[in-house]
Amino acid sequence: MSSSNPRIAMLKTVVGALVLTLLPLPSWLEIIRPGFLALTVLYWSIAAPRAGGITLGFICGLLLDAFEGPVLGEHALALALLAYLGVREHQRIRSKPIFQQSLIVFAALVIYEFVLFAIDGWSGHALTTPLRWVPTFTGALIWPAAAAILARSYHAQT
Amino acid sequence: VAGFATGAGRPLQGRGGSPGFRFALYFIVSIAIMILDQRFDWLERAHYVMQAATYPIERAVSSPVAAWRWTQKSFATRDSLEAENQRLRNQLRELEVRSMRYDALAQENAALIGLRNSLPPVARRWLAAEIVNIELDSLRQRVLIDRGSSNGVVAGQAVLDDRGVVGQTMHVGPWSAEVILITDPEHALPVQIERTGLRTIAVGAGDSTSLALPYLPANADVHVGDVLVTSGLGGVFPPGYPVAKVTEVHKDAVQPLAHVRAAPFAHLDTDSEVMLIWFRHDTPAAPLKEKRGELISGNREIQPLSVVSKARAARRSPPESPKPVRKAPQAAGARPAAQHKPASPEPSKKPAQAPT
Repeated sequence: MSSSNPRIAMLKTVVGALVLTLLPLPSWLEIIRPGFLALTVLYWSIAAPRAGGITLGFICGLLLDAFEGPVLGEHALALALLAYLGVREHQRIRSKPIFQQSLIVFAALVIYEFVLFAIDGWSGHALTTPLRWVPTFTGALIWPAAAAILARSYHAQT
Repeated sequence: VAGFATGAGRPLQGRGGSPGFRFALYFIVSIAIMILDQRFDWLERAHYVMQAATYPIERAVSSPVAAWRWTQKSFATRDSLEAENQRLRNQLRELEVRSMRYDALAQENAALIGLRNSLPPVARRWLAAEIVNIELDSLRQRVLIDRGSSNGVVAGQAVLDDRGVVGQTMHVGPWSAEVILITDPEHALPVQIERTGLRTIAVGAGDSTSLALPYLPANADVHVGDVLVTSGLGGVFPPGYPVAKVTEVHKDAVQPLAHVRAAPFAHLDTDSEVMLIWFRHDTPAAPLKEKRGELISGNREIQPLSVVSKARAARRSPPESPKPVRKAPQAAGARPAAQHKPASPEPSKKPAQAPT
């Protein structure tokens, strides 16, 4: 396996996740839309910690910052942290059955959302509606499907 | 077990240091970026470049929806087009009649008062902009429009639709601009109740159908059905444009403030086209604009204070001289919530209001 292969798959899935993030949806779907980019970064940091890892998280975060968020660097920090958690615990997470993985993903997404929440507050753009926590639940719920799809994108390369 | 890539489980020690070290590095970098973005201005440039870079992606993502709309439009039947044409023609006639009447009234008014210069400022230039169909942030009320600095758009510019005020521009790129809607929880809009002239501030409530008026005292004269118009303070919106209609008034005997909600006139959730306007600053009714600590007003003939030096002006009206704000509110990182600040110099303009 050459080292460039996972990178191409990463690029494709990141672009796909970004499109899903920006796609206009009806407002009830908008609220439950999970953080696709966060899930993608988490998957790659667990599946291929050497190829992507924290750098991937940081770059994806900057990309997301270009589209949304009040402060530049907010998502960069949160996604780098998410990737770090994934890389650190990748062996432990991988060995778990898929439902336990969903629980761990839920915990990681809560940490991710809390970092965003804290930075929003510190920068004076506080957003306290409880609706902002909905994507952490939906993210954990679709993790099995997301992981399967992302794994396919990777194995299609090799 | 979720089909993770096999063979990628080699030890992590390689180039670039351990994950902890790398994370610490990125942590510091992102904190630095955030502080720079928050405290200093030079990342405005980065915002500009990023707006330019992200615009093609945003356009591409929104293209399926745009294509669907276009197909719908091009397969519209002749009958419906004719009906629409007829409706628009009627509307145009009505508006023409109304504008003729407005012109006549305006002239009559100016002649009566003899203050031609004090007519409220009207829009000098209009530009239609299309809303790019894209989701910027589901919890904040922001939209992207397809006009940018190449069309002369600047940050903090009023955006209207055919019914009322929509919002104002925030980050402006070369071909696109981000618009913060009046219903965003971070947006505050200086308004006036049309019936009584009472001035207050309308704050976004976070969903596209309501505004909150949190600063009205419990004994304020406000009723359901009152129309809110822009008051012109703050300098972003010209005065007199319709904003919202009051839908809900709660007055509780133990609460010092009334709980008032209003529904915006603009169709914020269904609009596909909006209007950008440039309005004249050179009328005395236009709000003052601050430049390097000095207040430059619209019409110099009516504003004798504007030519006086700063020191003399300060001596003449010490308690009322406005403190120079450290930065213009728009430059300080685009926080439109602060836009009602320039209201403070108002008393110096009208000495009759002095509290004696």
